[in-house]
Amino acid sequence: MPQKVFAPWEDQDEKPLIRFRDVTKRFGDFTAIDQINLDIYAKEFFALLGPSGCGKTTLMRMLAGFETPTEGVIELAGQDIAPVPPNQRAVNMMFQSYALFPHLSVWENIAFGLKREKKDKGTIETRVSEMLKLTRLEKFARRKPHQISGGQRQRVALARSLAKAPKLLLLDEPLGALDRKLREETQFELMDIQEKTGTTFVIVTHDQEEAMTVASRVAVMDEGKLMQVATPDRIYEAPSSVYVADFIGDVNIIEGKAHQTGDRLQVDWAEGQPALSAKTTDDYSLGQTCYLAIRPEKVAISAERPTGANVLQGEVLDIAYLGNISTYHVKLPTGHVIKAQQANTRRIARRPFTWEDKVWISWSETAAVVLNQ
Amino acid sequence: MRRLIVIAIPYLWLLALFLIPFVIVVKISLSDVALARPPYFPQWDWSAGWQGIRDFFAELDFENFIFLTSDDLYWKAYLSSAKIALISTFLTLLVGFPIAYGMARAPEHWRPTLMMLVILPFWTSFLIRVYSWMGILSQGGLLNSLLLSIGLISEPLTILNTDTAVYIGIVYTYLPFMILPVYAALEKLDGSLLEAAEDLGCSRLSAFWLVTVPLSRAGVVAGCFLVFIPAIGEFVIPSLLGGSETLMIGKVLYEEFFSNRDWPVASAVAVVLLLILVVPIVLFQRNQQKQAEAEA
Repeated sequence: MPQKVFAPWEDQDEKPLIRFRDVTKRFGDFTAIDQINLDIYAKEFFALLGPSGCGKTTLMRMLAGFETPTEGVIELAGQDIAPVPPNQRAVNMMFQSYALFPHLSVWENIAFGLKREKKDKGTIETRVSEMLKLTRLEKFARRKPHQISGGQRQRVALARSLAKAPKLLLLDEPLGALDRKLREETQFELMDIQEKTGTTFVIVTHDQEEAMTVASRVAVMDEGKLMQVATPDRIYEAPSSVYVADFIGDVNIIEGKAHQTGDRLQVDWAEGQPALSAKTTDDYSLGQTCYLAIRPEKVAISAERPTGANVLQGEVLDIAYLGNISTYHVKLPTGHVIKAQQANTRRIARRPFTWEDKVWISWSETAAVVLNQ
Repeated sequence: MRRLIVIAIPYLWLLALFLIPFVIVVKISLSDVALARPPYFPQWDWSAGWQGIRDFFAELDFENFIFLTSDDLYWKAYLSSAKIALISTFLTLLVGFPIAYGMARAPEHWRPTLMMLVILPFWTSFLIRVYSWMGILSQGGLLNSLLLSIGLISEPLTILNTDTAVYIGIVYTYLPFMILPVYAALEKLDGSLLEAAEDLGCSRLSAFWLVTVPLSRAGVVAGCFLVFIPAIGEFVIPSLLGGSETLMIGKVLYEEFFSNRDWPVASAVAVVLLLILVVPIVLFQRNQQKQAEAEA
């Protein structure tokens, strides 16, 4: 029996845990959140991704209760949460600065929320040791926050916010302060903990790699609007707009005029050049402006002219050597620069192309995504 | 060599301006009162050589300290000073903490102005400010006229020349010493800590008690010492605003020096006061050190 894929957003009967309905938030003249509609389901690991100032943090702070929407309704498990103050929401937050209480030990930090619920001593002790075990902090229980490392502090913050077993955990740039290697490890740890506890996680990040790694679904935001909400692979392979395609990963964008026959689109993109062809399920009127978004790794580079749907000749302008892959910037006679990526399966000494080499680049009909905005 | 000089400067400063004067005071406190100029005995006799030095030390004794214990005026004055200093420190905290809190929570561009307003009274002479309180608190003073005119009281209140006036004077004078360290502690407080406390189930009030108060503790302790230590030896405020019943060691000291011309007893009073103050000063130092360690 095949394992059921976790995708509650595709199930019509599934009730979302969180529902934003026409939510707008203004600070004076500034509109931080602009008419957002969004459903987040239980047990999801949901990422809010966008550049700084796009409204993702405001969206999260509204969930925590530190901001109230100017218009619209936010529902948690079917209940409007606007009148519920932050200290009575079944929502906890892990702060970007961690906000650990410097005068309390690790143990007391984790127990802080439980003590406020007036739980009895035994229950608190059991729960705190559970959390210490989950985050592998047993050895540091008696230490003060300034006596432990950044990675450990991050885990204390996580343990503290999970201790009350919230319905929803909010994580504000949780890994921002960690170095790259630790960040990658912690990403997997976060996913593991999310799976173990079954808590719904909403994470705010500006790091697209982080969002792609941890999240079940990603919402790309810009200027207070949701640009696209989809699974990481959909966001990457089928972006809905040039903005999303450009924000997530590297991409070549070619603007042109559409000429459609069936599901095949011919794109006139430069004077005197053969049209580029791509497949699309959308309908384009004749001469409509469209954009081809092609990921560099889907562009092949070769010395001999290959056969294929889209073949162009150019000259190597620049080579970005990243160790595992190299990105070639190929300048076309039209002035366009196309990035093509190649995995470095051979040692560097045998790299086939160098600067100013004449090369051929090619991609298939299905490699490019056709976008109308 | 240069390092040595740099280190030596503060020590030389302390030696010249604290230790040597203190040794002189201790010496006077061990002497006897005399109708002479200076009014105490023995004097250091340079001409008598080695014998003179031995005679000099033979004459020194603890008579004056023993005298301090025999008359209950002195320990009553010490106790009363400590009581007045303690109560005024507490009142200063009560007034100063909300002001510091308000300053720390004010919009950032307002803070330098507010800070300026706290320091501003220092630009006027301390004596003039204390005298002006006499004008405010006296029977026919500003406060009584105001309260009478709005009908809150029918008889003028007697405030001047009571302990109440001393409390008002001390709280008013030392308020900035309380506000500034408390403000410094509160201003450093990360706002997200309060949000975290609320997020974990605290009400605003309990977040204040559980987060703001413990994290401003070092500032509060520093402020309390900065008020308590000068207040206990305060002379000007009790003699101008206090009554004849207001007993403070600063006043006793003044009387001994200038009315009785008994320099040895006055010096003994001063030495004991210093010994009493050493305890809070050491505690204060430890508090500062602990805070520095916590921040490192």
